Amino acid sequence: MNDAVLPLLAGVPLGVAGLVAMAPRGARWVLPLTFATLIASLVVAVVLVAETRDGSSIGHGVAGWPAGISIPFVADVFSSLMLVVTGLLSLVCTWFAVVSGTGRIHLFAPFVLVLTAGVNGVLLTADLFNLFVFIEVMLLPSYGLLILAERRRGTDRSVRGSRLYVTFNLFVSTLFLAGVGLTYGIARTVNLGELAGAAQESDAVAAAVGVCLVALSMKAASFPAYGWLARAYPSTSPAVTALFSGLHTKVAIYAIYRIYAVVFDGDTRWLWIGLVAFSLTMVVGVLGAVGENTTRSILAFHMVSQIGYILLGVAIFTAAGLAAGIFYLLHHMIVKASLFLSAGAVEVRHGSARLDAVGAVARREPWLAAAFAMAALSLAGLPPFSGFVAKLTIILAAFDAGHAAVAATAIVVSLLTLLSMLKIWDAVFVSAPREDASAETAGGGVVTEQRVGMKLTAPGLVLALVTLGLGLGAEGLLSLTQVAAAGLLDTSGYVAAVLEGGVR
Amino acid sequence: MSLALTIGVLTAGGVYLLLDRTFLRLVLGFVVLSHAVNLVLFAAGGADRRVEPLGSNLDPGAVSDALPQAFVLTAIVIAFSITVYMLVLAITGEESESEEETS
Repeated sequence: MNDAVLPLLAGVPLGVAGLVAMAPRGARWVLPLTFATLIASLVVAVVLVAETRDGSSIGHGVAGWPAGISIPFVADVFSSLMLVVTGLLSLVCTWFAVVSGTGRIHLFAPFVLVLTAGVNGVLLTADLFNLFVFIEVMLLPSYGLLILAERRRGTDRSVRGSRLYVTFNLFVSTLFLAGVGLTYGIARTVNLGELAGAAQESDAVAAAVGVCLVALSMKAASFPAYGWLARAYPSTSPAVTALFSGLHTKVAIYAIYRIYAVVFDGDTRWLWIGLVAFSLTMVVGVLGAVGENTTRSILAFHMVSQIGYILLGVAIFTAAGLAAGIFYLLHHMIVKASLFLSAGAVEVRHGSARLDAVGAVARREPWLAAAFAMAALSLAGLPPFSGFVAKLTIILAAFDAGHAAVAATAIVVSLLTLLSMLKIWDAVFVSAPREDASAETAGGGVVTEQRVGMKLTAPGLVLALVTLGLGLGAEGLLSLTQVAAAGLLDTSGYVAAVLEGGVR
Repeated sequence: MSLALTIGVLTAGGVYLLLDRTFLRLVLGFVVLSHAVNLVLFAAGGADRRVEPLGSNLDPGAVSDALPQAFVLTAIVIAFSITVYMLVLAITGEESESEEETS
């Protein structure tokens, strides 16, 4: 494939977003065009995976400037896989948003397109400053989505969530920018290709890029900066929560993997920091979920816990650890979005996310219950779902690397995860709603006996079937993630693609 | 040196304002803090050993570095847009904030 397609993955959605934003209200062509753009992005991503599955990297310098001066866009199998899954999630979550009503808000389509452009840009860029710019491109429409999507619940709730989210992200971005500035001051470049291995040679560069990594792990909601996620995410509409859960924190995790592999060259001196912080993330997240009483806030805390698992891969930094971490990352994005969509379907129809307000959904909605059960079991790590493979490989990798305590923590946390999933299952899907609670909801003018219907169930079900497929056919994805892990251990191909362009 | 001191003072002021509960002060804190970071970017360009790009036949190694200036320009635009958005958020939720404090 021509390498000039890489910048287009960010450019085309941006252009279409501009076009769609100018459309008159209620124009018929807006949604088809949005879906067409998202599908096109997904198709290109799939082709990219096919092109890079042998471990090659595709590089392109924007506008044909000589490499080193130009803005580099590089795709290898890791970024291509991420592009596929983020593309799939944007598509499914937009679908859910359209059927659940969130898609009707003004400017929804352009926001989603700009978000897609930003995510694609972050995944493809090989330059620290451009990473910062694309993260901002990704965040700005998110601020809009976060506040607009839940306006009908009154400004109070959405403003509080938005304030927290915007403030936190602006602070982290400022910190990241300071890190970029320090890196440029010391290393005289912010190009990942030129920075390759620089942190291992010079401690000053390690400290400067370390500031960027700290900022990124805050964005990924790792311990100790995890509280914002559990408070901000449930404050918006279910479709938007699912979209954010699949994209934002995961993109930051991608950047951590990439930067640590390329700039630090997997330096073993600092890995213990990751092992401690990410183990604590696992434990704190799962314990935080115990005290919550709405489905989405429980799921948000579990996300924190799972982020610990994913980042363990980079803290172990062996071939097995990285492959397991990447597999976990891809699996988790799909499963979490599926859970948020299933829980969101209940919430949209029944008007409440409180555990005690809704009940016995399983009897009325067998398909929705099946989708939720599949995704929940996958999250807890039971066979035959992808979560089992993901957890097994990461725990084995931790044992092999000699981190028995970390592996034991991971096992205990996954038992607690199962417990928490059972809590939602029991309260929402099996037991009858408590009389007083349902009366309270009904008093709010919401009909509790309404059916969720197949239209709202389908998006979550599709993603749940994907996790089942990934669990049964784990071999295929595992071999791809092993290629991706090899590319992170030996970054010479990636660096060559950054510096010289073309297929390497 | 003066640049480093300015960055230090701005960061201290910014962090002080960030710790305040009033949302408006927090926004001002971010304004100050982002100025500090912009100066860090300027300093990263080697402001101490480069001179103004005035005149002709200049040595690119000796006159000021254009790249960090481009960084700063981009960063200013982004920070400005988010600041405006945060000001809107500061006005929008004013009534609910006082409720929150009393409860």
